[in-house]
Amino acid sequence: MPEPTIYELSSPGRAGVRFPEPDVPATPLPEGLLRKDLPLPELSELDVVRHFTHLSTKNYSIDGGFYPLGSCTMKYNPKINEETARLPGFTMTHPLQPIETVQGNLAMMYQLQEWLKEITGFAGITLQPAAGAQGELTGVLIMRAYHCSRGDVKRTKILIPDSAHGTNPASTAMSGMEVLSLPSDARGNIDLDALRAVCDDTLAGLMLTNPNTLGLFDEHVLDIVDIVHKAGGLVYGDGANLNALLGIVRPGDTGFDIMHLNLHKTFSTPHGGGGPGSGPVVVAKHLVDFLPTPVVTIIEEGNEEMPPLYGYATPTKSIGRIKSFNGHFGMLVRAYTYISMHGAEGLREIAELSVLNANYILARLKNIYHVPYDRICMHEFVAEGKWDDAPEVHALDIAKRLMDYNFHPPTNYFPLIVHEALMIEPTETESKQTLDTFIDAMVKIAEEAHTQPELLKEAPHNTPVGRLDEIKAAKELVLCCMLPETA
Amino acid sequence: MFTPHTKTEREEMLKTIGVRSLEDLFQDVPAGHRFPKLDLPPALTEMEALAELQDISGANETVRDLACFLGAGAYNHYTPAAVDMLLRRGEFYTAYTPYQPEISQGTLQSIFEYQSLIVELTGMEAANASHYDGATATAESVVMAYHNFRGKRKKVVMSPAVNPQYRATVRTYTQGYEDLILVGDGPQADLNAGPESLTPLIDDQTSLVIVQYPDFFGRIFDYTSLINSAHQVGALVAVVINPTALGLLKTPGEMGADIVVGEGQPLGIPLSYGGPYLGIFATRKEYVRKVAGRIVGETADKEGRRGYVLTLTAREQHIRREKATSNICTNVGLMALAATMYMSLVGKQGFRQVANLCYQKAHYAAEKIAKIPGYSLCSDTPFFHEFMVCCPRPVEEINAHLLDDGILGGYDLSADYPTLKNHMLIAVTEMNRREEIDALCESLEEVSHA
Amino acid sequence: MSVPNNLKYTKTDEWIKVEGKVGTVGITDYAQDQLSDIVFVEVAVAPDEEVKKEATIATVESVKAAADVSCPVSGKVVSVNNDLPNTPELVNSDPYGKAWMVKIELSNPSELNALMDSAAYEEFIKERSH
Repeated sequence: MPEPTIYELSSPGRAGVRFPEPDVPATPLPEGLLRKDLPLPELSELDVVRHFTHLSTKNYSIDGGFYPLGSCTMKYNPKINEETARLPGFTMTHPLQPIETVQGNLAMMYQLQEWLKEITGFAGITLQPAAGAQGELTGVLIMRAYHCSRGDVKRTKILIPDSAHGTNPASTAMSGMEVLSLPSDARGNIDLDALRAVCDDTLAGLMLTNPNTLGLFDEHVLDIVDIVHKAGGLVYGDGANLNALLGIVRPGDTGFDIMHLNLHKTFSTPHGGGGPGSGPVVVAKHLVDFLPTPVVTIIEEGNEEMPPLYGYATPTKSIGRIKSFNGHFGMLVRAYTYISMHGAEGLREIAELSVLNANYILARLKNIYHVPYDRICMHEFVAEGKWDDAPEVHALDIAKRLMDYNFHPPTNYFPLIVHEALMIEPTETESKQTLDTFIDAMVKIAEEAHTQPELLKEAPHNTPVGRLDEIKAAKELVLCCMLPETA
Repeated sequence: MFTPHTKTEREEMLKTIGVRSLEDLFQDVPAGHRFPKLDLPPALTEMEALAELQDISGANETVRDLACFLGAGAYNHYTPAAVDMLLRRGEFYTAYTPYQPEISQGTLQSIFEYQSLIVELTGMEAANASHYDGATATAESVVMAYHNFRGKRKKVVMSPAVNPQYRATVRTYTQGYEDLILVGDGPQADLNAGPESLTPLIDDQTSLVIVQYPDFFGRIFDYTSLINSAHQVGALVAVVINPTALGLLKTPGEMGADIVVGEGQPLGIPLSYGGPYLGIFATRKEYVRKVAGRIVGETADKEGRRGYVLTLTAREQHIRREKATSNICTNVGLMALAATMYMSLVGKQGFRQVANLCYQKAHYAAEKIAKIPGYSLCSDTPFFHEFMVCCPRPVEEINAHLLDDGILGGYDLSADYPTLKNHMLIAVTEMNRREEIDALCESLEEVSHA
Repeated sequence: MSVPNNLKYTKTDEWIKVEGKVGTVGITDYAQDQLSDIVFVEVAVAPDEEVKKEATIATVESVKAAADVSCPVSGKVVSVNNDLPNTPELVNSDPYGKAWMVKIELSNPSELNALMDSAAYEEFIKERSH
């Protein structure tokens, strides 16, 4: 049953909420500056509650099932995070309050800064960026500012492996830098010869996702960092895959200069159907002065009786402000809660079990689905969603068929360097039973692909709607509901 | 807790993989850096973590403890209980981005409804699924206008009465556009002037003019003639809005705006110390393919059932990579959902009521403050729910006194505008009872004698 | 895959047909097939505009991909196809005919020598499909 839109449910004169009458003498409204009509819907509270409850049932979610969604780290979002982030002491503070009145907020942010630096092995941090892509933009602007501050203005070239997320080149272009794509070698590592060949005095840096989007830890990471540094460039780490490294290795220790983290991947803050995320950026010592403003700092040291006074500072060569106020504060509370409940051993266990789960699925599927880079993987791996003896079946069909088995599809058609890619990341929070059921479904689908391919081509069969006509959507461009009277 | 495997299960799995131990899975990691010892406090249980965060949050003073007259881009409004109850449904907040439309119709339809509500509220023709906040939405409007003219128009005119944090964000975002110049908000700008002072700056090299409505000082100007003059030389105009004000005021669409951006926090989103909030972005249909970020469109499946998909995705970074005009990926979907729920609940009547309450209470406060010796309103331009007060002493000193009386005073404008010493920006919403406003006035009077 | 033998081709899958001083430019049958259903075409140049070889003259979008159309030669734009934005599907149905994009007066006809003939382009397609 299609759910009507809120405009279709609207009934003139209905109201969901009442507000008090003004308790002050009336002032006339400014004539000539008023709007004629306010065409918002009119519904009762129950209308609204039912509507959104109905809509929610049309969504797949982590609470409802397994998301083997490569590069997205769809782990369980602990419920306690939602409680702590909603504590009124946090939610009812205004971002411009005097610092003396928000010492709790600032102490929490300061501690989170310290923890994230410790976990990643870096010297400085900003909690400001609103998402991973904004973290990348911040990072590339910092790289640019670093070179410019040294008068090294011809360094405009940023190297990006062909397996990278699309945000890497897009963030680079937005920062006014030039993108140069780097090939991968036969084992899925960066091709070192290709890297050496393009390292010159125009090199600003390299953006490296490690483990990369094939789920592989680059076997030459120390050499890569060394080659880039020797050419005068900086090494940027895309932290999208940090889940596999918690307590295993600190990217700062291996020579990375800068990295963004995705709190909504690694540190369990929920994806919210497309955000909000949070993308803190950590930097090595030589880049601390370039961080965006403001950073949380200690203004007056504490002592045995008095806690320190926390406040804000602007780094001396700051790239400036990248959004309003103080980052996605609510997400920071969730990440703080999550780290506080894990400690050092708990974090290492996250990485170990996410890698165990990925390798377990890999081991059980690799004889059925072709795996182009067959090594021990980290937290994810990439298989091909096609068979020579079932030519009409594509990765997309496998993805859609998985929905009929109540699984969210893996990431497909990414990374671009694998044809018909299916990228599988189970995360550490899934049980062996869940993994086994998923593996069984994948095996079954591989059989169906050979015996009843039309089952896949027509899938999904059991969802609220079938495959939707994207061409019609893009051509007709119906982007908002028409009001009943204007329709 | 959050990792379910038993010891037996781990061993079975290791055996299937063909390795002896978990350590064996990490042979590619350089041995010298493997398994560092992290200096972190011991893990807390859930009940300990909650207690700790209760303690930390308890160290704050909140807008419940204090009477809040602070705005300047974030506002204390009432959110109906149903918003958060619905938002807590795991089907919404633990869902991924709706790339698989067959199992994401809940998220997709609600974004479609959000786009519709924003279009109606602003008087525009299309809206995207959100940016991070008002500041980044404003910055994206500059980037969009730049690309609209293929980089050929190099000038952006920005009113000095646009939120200073938004202007700062625009400057950061455009660092890489080396030929782009930003004018209009320099130290010489006349802060008392209206929009007419921007007109001489607009020429055929201008891609975009940015104004705020109501402006950062709370003033309401009709931008129709400014927009006309910009259009005469082919420039676009972006209007930064406060959505609550549009419950009463003429829409930017009616004035001819090309782009509307703004902070959606007043639409049912908690203050939460600055985020996550909601970046509103709306435009005319002719520019819809230039808009960054996700957009949902209506379509149908093979059986003709109505459904929704992410559309125009070929503009986005995951397809265009370095040729995309924006890198945005994750936005603030859940906040857009909260705003959709808020607008649906308060509806046509409630939205007007909230706007009217803000307007009436703010005007009561302004009139009363203007009568206190030593204080005056700095402008006689009409205002909505925020206004500038010229004070007898530095705002910082006054606010310290107000805080002692349990009042969170207004914003100190001298922080961003050195010439506006002793200027306080006061915001009043439906949350401020008359008694609070009277107490503010009493306290202001006291401090002028102190 | 249709590759008419009276046209010249680029490595980025544009074709050009030269009649006198004027060249007509579009994208090839192979390109439209790779892109699948075209939903949007935007011509990025206007008549009388000078364009350099390899400048972007149009953008073509399907639901899953986007491509910039590069100019095979330098010259002055004589006319653009104003029907395409309203009927982008022509790129799929008639890539060498009704879906022409831009007509250009060549400023340096020797640039044509660097382009492929139909046989070379056919070979080039074959190489890439492996």
